[in-house]
Amino acid sequence: MIRRSLVKLANPQLLALVGVLLINWLLFPNFFRVTWQDGRFFGSLIDVLNRGAPVAILAIGMVGVIATKGVDLSVGAVMAVAGAVAATMVVAGYPAPIAVVAALTVGLLCGLWNGVLVAILDIQPIIATLVLMVAGRGIAQLITEGFIVTFTDPTLVYIGTGSFLGFPMAAVIALVLAIVVTLIVRRTAIGLFIEAVGVNRAAASLAGIRSRMLLLLVYSLSGFCAAIAGIIVAGDIRGADANNAGLWLELDAILAVVIGGTSLLGGRFSVPLAVIGALIIQAMNTGILVSGFPPEFNLIVKAGLIFIVLVIQSPLASRLAPARLRPATKGAAK
Amino acid sequence: MNRSLRPLVATALIFAIAYALAVMQFPSMFSTRVLGNFLTDNAFLGIAAVGMTFVILSGGIDLSVGAVIGFTGVLVAVLISWAGMHPLFAFAIAILVAGGFGATMGLAIHYLQVPAFIVTLAGMFLARGAASVITRDSVPINHDFYGWISDLMIRLPGGGRLSFIGLTMVAIFIIGALIAHRTKFGSYVYALGGNPVSASLMGVPVARTTVAIYALSSVLAAISGIVFSLYTSAGYPLAAVGVELDAISAVVIGGTLLTGGYGFVLGTFIGVMLLGLVQTYIIFDGSLSSWWTKIVIGILLFLFIVLQRLIFVASAPGEKAAKA
Repeated sequence: MIRRSLVKLANPQLLALVGVLLINWLLFPNFFRVTWQDGRFFGSLIDVLNRGAPVAILAIGMVGVIATKGVDLSVGAVMAVAGAVAATMVVAGYPAPIAVVAALTVGLLCGLWNGVLVAILDIQPIIATLVLMVAGRGIAQLITEGFIVTFTDPTLVYIGTGSFLGFPMAAVIALVLAIVVTLIVRRTAIGLFIEAVGVNRAAASLAGIRSRMLLLLVYSLSGFCAAIAGIIVAGDIRGADANNAGLWLELDAILAVVIGGTSLLGGRFSVPLAVIGALIIQAMNTGILVSGFPPEFNLIVKAGLIFIVLVIQSPLASRLAPARLRPATKGAAK
Repeated sequence: MNRSLRPLVATALIFAIAYALAVMQFPSMFSTRVLGNFLTDNAFLGIAAVGMTFVILSGGIDLSVGAVIGFTGVLVAVLISWAGMHPLFAFAIAILVAGGFGATMGLAIHYLQVPAFIVTLAGMFLARGAASVITRDSVPINHDFYGWISDLMIRLPGGGRLSFIGLTMVAIFIIGALIAHRTKFGSYVYALGGNPVSASLMGVPVARTTVAIYALSSVLAAISGIVFSLYTSAGYPLAAVGVELDAISAVVIGGTLLTGGYGFVLGTFIGVMLLGLVQTYIIFDGSLSSWWTKIVIGILLFLFIVLQRLIFVASAPGEKAAKA
């Protein structure tokens, strides 16, 4: 039992995360130094957790969608919409909890809309979510009336920048969400159902799985997670920026899920590994920043990373090296 | 009338009605000047959308288009302004680089058997990153050749102008339509989009065609980048962000089926013009903010996708099984 969990720990994603962190440490010797100040931890490592949280939260929602052979391109735009709703409502005088609930509801509805397009109207996921990706930022700007709505509401700011037991609030939210979603999909049959729909929707439906309900559920969850990330980002900058909130984050979230070993062709998925994928991306971002390279360099590194992951995941690679790579991906699925 | 032409006619009708409504509100929109500017202002989008049409016809998607436009603009600007090359020579280099880039993406899509969108996503990061590494600032282009080309235009009665870049777009649309509907390569593209397995069983060279499709898309994106640099007389690494989405929207609104195998290059032209009309209308109106453009494009996109479903839902019951 202990050996099995040790083998599970030694999966490629975790090794990659440790590798990236070690490279960062070589480039920047103070990387692992964490200090305690003003009742919270400070340091590059904490920064990785804090900055990586929005993408990790998006990835938690995205992983279910990708496991059903879909993709959700609209999460960045939904973040902007949710941030705009929360910010506009607190500025208009509503109490923060109501604003947060409203923003989460809007996110859920956005996800549900995507789900309806995919599950009921049978539209390709890329295109179905493209509609909201294009229109979403327009809607967000409609809500904020084209301005960057700034606020000082302590609750919203706490969600974005506060700390809980010394850890950044954003990271704590991401952790709780990851645990809850993992428990839901792994302690009930839902995870299995999602994988069944991803592998073969027709067969899953014939086997009695209500695939439409399930698709509605995973897209709604993705919208919900995007709304959480949107509120965090808005709280972080104390304002809702309809143009730039969550810009290109959908791509980071997809990348995180893919790094986490979930195949874009549907099927096996892992929520914790997707979160680790998000942390790998953020560790690379931070590493590039602290080592003084221009931030644009990041894009090239990410492109290289996608390429490596695709080569490893491709049927070609598993044909060339079946013995070495297959157990690793199998371990990732458990 | 041929049943398969219906979506094309629907798009053309919607464009005609929308344009008529716009003209009724702003009579000055019905002028050769506005129509000429339609072509000039949307030239780079139109050229990129031709490439996107081929990609979508084959059942794929190319997210790297906007980044390739930005990269080409920077490359051309740097070659001309810093290295002192003649623009035509710089254009040739840019097109060759883009062709190699697209071919590599095609190879990866075919041989790694991964979805096109993730490969072209990596391509997007790579092209955008490479452009930003070359320079982070806008590089102006001051060359006599550029001045000469922007003066090259046909004057129309009523103050309108058909600029060189607008005519380039029209020419590329015509060539694209001929390739799609009159050549062997074109029928391979349709066959691939219809069903890759049966296409390969019928003897379509799948690998070669896939590589050619993505190379073509990147080359057209490079031409689009050159046109964009002619339009702005500069190269900027963050230029044309999100143009891939506009191009995809134009293709879809133009009646091309997103699952591939059905569509018209000419439909994409109407799609581009419709997007241009939305933008021009919002500028004419003045009181509507520019974010309405995005919402209207989103609504149009949604309408056409649903329209496609309604038209094709009866004719393609086995589509899902074929995809799996």
